Amino acid sequence: MYGDKHIGDTLLKVDNITLAFGGVKALTDISFEIREHEILAIIGPNGAGKTSMLNVINGFYHPQQGRIMFRGAERKAMRPHLAAKQGIARTFQNVALFKGMSTLDNIMTGRVLKMKSNLFQQAIYWGANQREEIEHREVVEKIIDFLEIEAIRKTPVGRLPYGLQKRVELARALAMEPDLLLLDEPMAGMNVEEKEDMCRFILDVNDEFGTTIALIEHDMGVVMDISDRVVVLDYGRKLADGSPDEVRANQDVIDAYLGVSH
Amino acid sequence: MSSTRNTAGLPPAEIDTFPKLLEYQRRTRPQRPAIREKDFGIWQTYSWGRVAEEIRDLAAGLFSLGVQRGDKVAIVGDNRPRLYWTMTAVQAIGAVPVPLYQDSVAEEMTYVLEHAEARFAVVEDQEQVDKLMEVMERCPRLEQIVYDESRGMRHYTQSFLHHFDAVQSEGRDYNKIHPDFYDEEIAKAKGDDPAIILYTSGTTGKPKGVILSFDNVIKTAANGVKLEQLTADEETMAYLPMAWVGDHIFSYGQSYVAGFCVACPESSATVMQDLRELGPTYFFAPPRIFENILTTVMIRMEDASWIKRRVFHYFMDLARRCGTRILDRKPVSASDRLLYVLGNLLVYGPLKNTLGFTRIRLAYTAGEAIGPDIFDFYRSIGVNLKQLYGSTEASVFIAIQPDGEIEADTVGKPAIDVEIKIADNGEVMFRSPGVFVEYFKNPEATAETKTPDGWVHTGDAGFFDDNGHLKIIDRAKDVGRLNDGGLFAPKYVENKLKFFPDIKEAVAFGHERDFCAALINIDLVAVGSWAERNNVAYGSYQELAAHPQVIETIKGHIEQVNRDLAADPRLASSQIRRFLVLHKELDADDGELTRTRKVRRSFIAERYLPLIDALYSGVDHAYIETEVTFEDGRKGMIKADLQIVDVETAPTAPAMKKAS
Repeated sequence: MYGDKHIGDTLLKVDNITLAFGGVKALTDISFEIREHEILAIIGPNGAGKTSMLNVINGFYHPQQGRIMFRGAERKAMRPHLAAKQGIARTFQNVALFKGMSTLDNIMTGRVLKMKSNLFQQAIYWGANQREEIEHREVVEKIIDFLEIEAIRKTPVGRLPYGLQKRVELARALAMEPDLLLLDEPMAGMNVEEKEDMCRFILDVNDEFGTTIALIEHDMGVVMDISDRVVVLDYGRKLADGSPDEVRANQDVIDAYLGVSH
Repeated sequence: MSSTRNTAGLPPAEIDTFPKLLEYQRRTRPQRPAIREKDFGIWQTYSWGRVAEEIRDLAAGLFSLGVQRGDKVAIVGDNRPRLYWTMTAVQAIGAVPVPLYQDSVAEEMTYVLEHAEARFAVVEDQEQVDKLMEVMERCPRLEQIVYDESRGMRHYTQSFLHHFDAVQSEGRDYNKIHPDFYDEEIAKAKGDDPAIILYTSGTTGKPKGVILSFDNVIKTAANGVKLEQLTADEETMAYLPMAWVGDHIFSYGQSYVAGFCVACPESSATVMQDLRELGPTYFFAPPRIFENILTTVMIRMEDASWIKRRVFHYFMDLARRCGTRILDRKPVSASDRLLYVLGNLLVYGPLKNTLGFTRIRLAYTAGEAIGPDIFDFYRSIGVNLKQLYGSTEASVFIAIQPDGEIEADTVGKPAIDVEIKIADNGEVMFRSPGVFVEYFKNPEATAETKTPDGWVHTGDAGFFDDNGHLKIIDRAKDVGRLNDGGLFAPKYVENKLKFFPDIKEAVAFGHERDFCAALINIDLVAVGSWAERNNVAYGSYQELAAHPQVIETIKGHIEQVNRDLAADPRLASSQIRRFLVLHKELDADDGELTRTRKVRRSFIAERYLPLIDALYSGVDHAYIETEVTFEDGRKGMIKADLQIVDVETAPTAPAMKKAS
């Protein structure tokens, strides 16, 4: 059903990235690219540097070496909010929502970067600002409908089960209408049914909005099912890069996952 | 009829089909709301005028697609305005709508589609399209599918799939070229033409397609409107399956007759919130839902501060004492009346507001017996909740509790134009304008159910009490005899058990046995909440169900039921001597319940045969392996070693001598 998807040119390219914290090398000489409209999975054992990689793309960490090309242009020193402005949204391994706020308000925060009016104008809520807010609300409502979370629209996020919190976080990232969506273990800690739902949502997002998605995931079944390409990291190095079938057949990957006798 | 309410009276009798009724409502109240739907978090309202236009286009669109007079059109999905419009549009061009249960699995759907000879299907979304495409091979007659929700449908290129909008716009063009088409088409239909085929979920065997004529549905709906003095100002909510006759009468039939507004909830998960926002004046729910609402309230009250709890319980005691009497306009002391007003301000009003019952004038429940506690709770806080007794074959209404004459354990008096008699074997029979035409392609079943002079066998055993109220005790065929000759009414016993919040389902056995025994299903919400409060740790339903304290509690409940049963000499023989708590919830996906969640007794007896044998063999443990079906259709096994418990029976009360 997704076979006729058009995968475009390179959207983001990382070149020879090396990231170290003091003496610890988190990432060593990593290069790969993310192409437009694809779902790219980054996998690897614990401590392989997956989240560090996302943090580099996201502009949260600054690599000592290497460069990042986004839409063909080299990125200089990057801050997360600039990355967000450029159209990179993300979710976190440990859900990072405003627990006391409702689902709706949490998702609305995803629109903040797109709002033109300032705090004072918003407080008055009149004329153009009112219209603007209504427009944003409409976008948010479409996302709520898309992710089927109508029933929890007004529920404080802290009261929701974990699986739903993850979905709200995805909703907030989508509210930014990103070109590139980074998902850090979107399915961690979920049961089978929740995982299946989340898979379907990720595929639907990719399909409906053409959003490019890079995700970290441990569940190999999920990874092999939904991703177009897989990048494998181990101890901060890139082991393999290719289609799920290629990666599955790669001897280095098998060794890293199953261990080798020495 | 009061002049302030929007009563235009019932439509004249010559308006005998739904498309004609729609035209009548369009002329009478074009601007009044007909149907609402919550979309993107906002209630969207369609007036009668708008609905009539939408349906006109849709009818012509379906005609252009090839729907012919006499065709059957399947309708599958949640309650959506567009699916209700489809019913009228299909009827307008002389075809017959066949709504299907939207949560049925492909297997069940195949049977109904095939049996109904459906050539067309109008469905809600991708999920239903996928389901139909899966079974299409086995349903060669099914030609075209129209879908409403386009999400996820972009890559479906099959030529037999059509979007709802496209069909309507095709119809709009057709109507422009043939401006008289629609009016000519709707004039062709008469009151005794088939209006709809509703498949009954059937506690035994394959579903049967009940054909109801326009007269059946419209006359019965109108009688209901007359009896309860419903007006065009009512608001109600359509949230029960469209394939169920109740929804067809309450949300479709009566809305078209009285001209009132029906609201479709945003999704099945938001029903309770939508209910609160809407505040319907007229509401139907099966006992299960009233029970769930009450359980939620009680659990939340447990968490409230002690002062709130004290106030709540004080006024609930007061309501129990005099609330129902006030509702029934019976004499109540002035001081209680005054306190009740205060209670209304402090407790009942806010509570009704939370539940969405602030504006409620009339609430019905039916389908199963409702627990007297639950029933009285709603009535005592001023919700006019009434039980009714009905069936698909009757277009719902057989008996209704009349205002001011409510007896919790009866289903009231015959509805308008309904005759009821009790057959010699104790079976309830009725005759009414709502009596169905026939079972589709099943003359044997029709002949078994309906006598030539129009009486219908309900299959229920019951009797009239001294006040002329009908009391239903069980399915006639389920009423059995114990080996010692004592009467065994399983459902009566099971209902008594199910009135305990801890017990979700119960299945009693005893026919041609030495004594009565039961399988029990605990209620995960109620028992889980108890476990939480008492620091009882559990990892699964199975573990909780096997907990010794839980079993002890259930045993207490059963002893209570035995004492109640012993009080009635006719039913004392049905006391339960042995029971066990099942390790899994009975589930419609496993075929243990019907889609309307009624227990399928014979199937359970077969499936759990080792357990039943163990109940009657004197052992104290039974081992069972059960296959379960998950929501996605995969199967798995559950194994359990279940404890069997003996219960004390109570001494029978001395039989009261009756003057014969």
